[in-house]
Amino acid sequence: MASMTYLQAISDGLRTAMRDDERVMVMGQDIGAFGGAFKVTDGFFEEFGADRVMDTPLAESAIIGTAVGAAVVGLRPVCEMQFSDFIACGFDQLVNVAGKMLYRQGLPVNITVRLPSGGGFSGGPFHSQNPEAWFMHAPGLKVVAPSTPEDAKGMLIAGIRDPNPVVYMEHKHLYRRVKGEVPDGAYETPFSARVAREGSDLAVITYGAMVHTALQATEDLDGASVMVLDLRSLVPLDEEAILAAVRTCSKVVIVDEANQTCAAGAQVAALIAERGFEDLDGPVTRVATPDVPIPFSPPLEQAVLPSVDRVKEACRELLAY
Amino acid sequence: MHTSTSRAPADASADVAEHLTHDDRVGLLRYMLLMRGIEEKAMSLYRQGKVPGSFYDGYGQEAVSVGAAFAMAPEDRLCILHRDLGAHLIRGVEPAAILSQYMGRAAGITGGRDGNVHFGDHRVGCVGMVSMLPDMMLVAAGMAMAFKLRGEARCALTWFGDGSTSRGDFHEAMNWAGVQGLPVIFVLENNQYAYSTPTRAQFAVNPVERAGAYGFPGLSVDGNDPEAVFEATRAARERAIAGDGPTLIEAVTMRMHGHAAHDDMSYVPSEQVEEWRAKDPIDRQRARAVALGVDVEALQGEVRARIDAAADEALSGPMPDPATATDRLFHPRDAEEILLGDGRGPWSGFAARAA
Repeated sequence: MASMTYLQAISDGLRTAMRDDERVMVMGQDIGAFGGAFKVTDGFFEEFGADRVMDTPLAESAIIGTAVGAAVVGLRPVCEMQFSDFIACGFDQLVNVAGKMLYRQGLPVNITVRLPSGGGFSGGPFHSQNPEAWFMHAPGLKVVAPSTPEDAKGMLIAGIRDPNPVVYMEHKHLYRRVKGEVPDGAYETPFSARVAREGSDLAVITYGAMVHTALQATEDLDGASVMVLDLRSLVPLDEEAILAAVRTCSKVVIVDEANQTCAAGAQVAALIAERGFEDLDGPVTRVATPDVPIPFSPPLEQAVLPSVDRVKEACRELLAY
Repeated sequence: MHTSTSRAPADASADVAEHLTHDDRVGLLRYMLLMRGIEEKAMSLYRQGKVPGSFYDGYGQEAVSVGAAFAMAPEDRLCILHRDLGAHLIRGVEPAAILSQYMGRAAGITGGRDGNVHFGDHRVGCVGMVSMLPDMMLVAAGMAMAFKLRGEARCALTWFGDGSTSRGDFHEAMNWAGVQGLPVIFVLENNQYAYSTPTRAQFAVNPVERAGAYGFPGLSVDGNDPEAVFEATRAARERAIAGDGPTLIEAVTMRMHGHAAHDDMSYVPSEQVEEWRAKDPIDRQRARAVALGVDVEALQGEVRARIDAAADEALSGPMPDPATATDRLFHPRDAEEILLGDGRGPWSGFAARAA
């Protein structure tokens, strides 16, 4: 065990996977000698060399497309998008080529695409997005979004070993803000939900950076016993864990940092409406970013991103229902 | 750096005897006849309502896929376009599996998951195309990248049309292949039209001339001559295997049918069609075979019999089970790893090399 930041845990997971399996390579913009825009691959170039830590042209479609080609002949590419927003430029290769290959052609595509996502630091409309729902809607892609250093490492290793395309959401605002104990060596974190805090009066269901917002918001909520369920994986979605939380608490607040319409939380709400209705003792409540681009200026950005106060307020209202 | 760019079509009578035996030249004709015959059979099945959706063929373009695929070794890897059925045949895909594929039957390569020529049999080293063109240029570049990283003497090849050269993936793949010096062959199948849009409305500069700007050679060949296409591809493969990087080959040809079965291509001037009909690739190779003393009638009979038997087999096969429509979305962790396998490499040069 070692204490690591979320960012260090991602690096540790990637390094561990590369040491364990020489088929694993990383490709992306400025990830070589420079070590990546966020320094996730700092020191990798020296340890693994230019072939396995590949600086690519500024071409997201090519990064994903060539990774698909390399994967089907036996490599295990891990692609870094410099910011998750830029995956829009590689969308077609990920959704149409990688995502549909196994279903159509019986050929698995073992690639992992790392997407540094999320806002909270004036990144503006093109460096703050949470595009995970785009890929939840694209059959054939797994989508995971760890919230802790331990899970960040374990889910990255599991994603690299998974024979399918895995979209790995890593929240930038957690990189240096969150620290925790991380096991040594290789281990896998399953693609299922985790109870971040037990509780029985109300459940907050969320993932990624919002897990920390939810924990803080409900730490001391007038003595209420609040469960926080960290989904960790969005595809597959841990439906049983969600329904179990509804059975235990009967009241649910769903928090997304993503834009509200068709966000991951919308799917959670639909699931509860279909299969958890009888267990509810109040309306399913959602807290999310309104359907606008993420603005740049701090007061504007803070006005749209779900805050501790907004989550607190939503929980209080539902508890009083 | 090799940056020569040539627009002059290779001489149809180019001296290729050095690389093609008698049997190779007959083989080229056989595969072209097989391709045309299967597609004619499929068109007739389409008109009988047995092929769902639409139907796309490569009538008149047979030399492009057959000539290029014939130059590829079993261990090479291919991404094949929808007018290149001949490449599948050369790699070893059976006609019955192809006809089953068109009809959406269980025995088709994709088992009914995808239609028409949207397939690639991974067991013979091929990755199935998607409709977004030319996405597979990047996949082919990625396979070549892996070969180069592992120091393997193999290459990847993909076909794409003139229409594809307008999309960004063309640039990204050309640039990536050039900057990394990849063992990849890009075959630009210039059939004069992107659906209904003629090349003059697609680009101001012929795409083959762009190759030099990416740092590798681009050349044009007569796309209606299988031996010319073979020779250009053979030379490009030699360059790739030697570590000299990619090649762009423009195969100049003509789409002699509509974009798909529904399209009467009334937008194509009839003189243009007539001009190209006189350059039919099968007629050309047939004349060569006759000159070589081959009994072409017997060869055509053999091919026809094979297609008829394949059609019978395909028509007797079941449709896929609707209960399986949601299966195989993800590959299980504990399942066996599936990678591309080797295909067939019928060119005599590979046999000579192995000996």
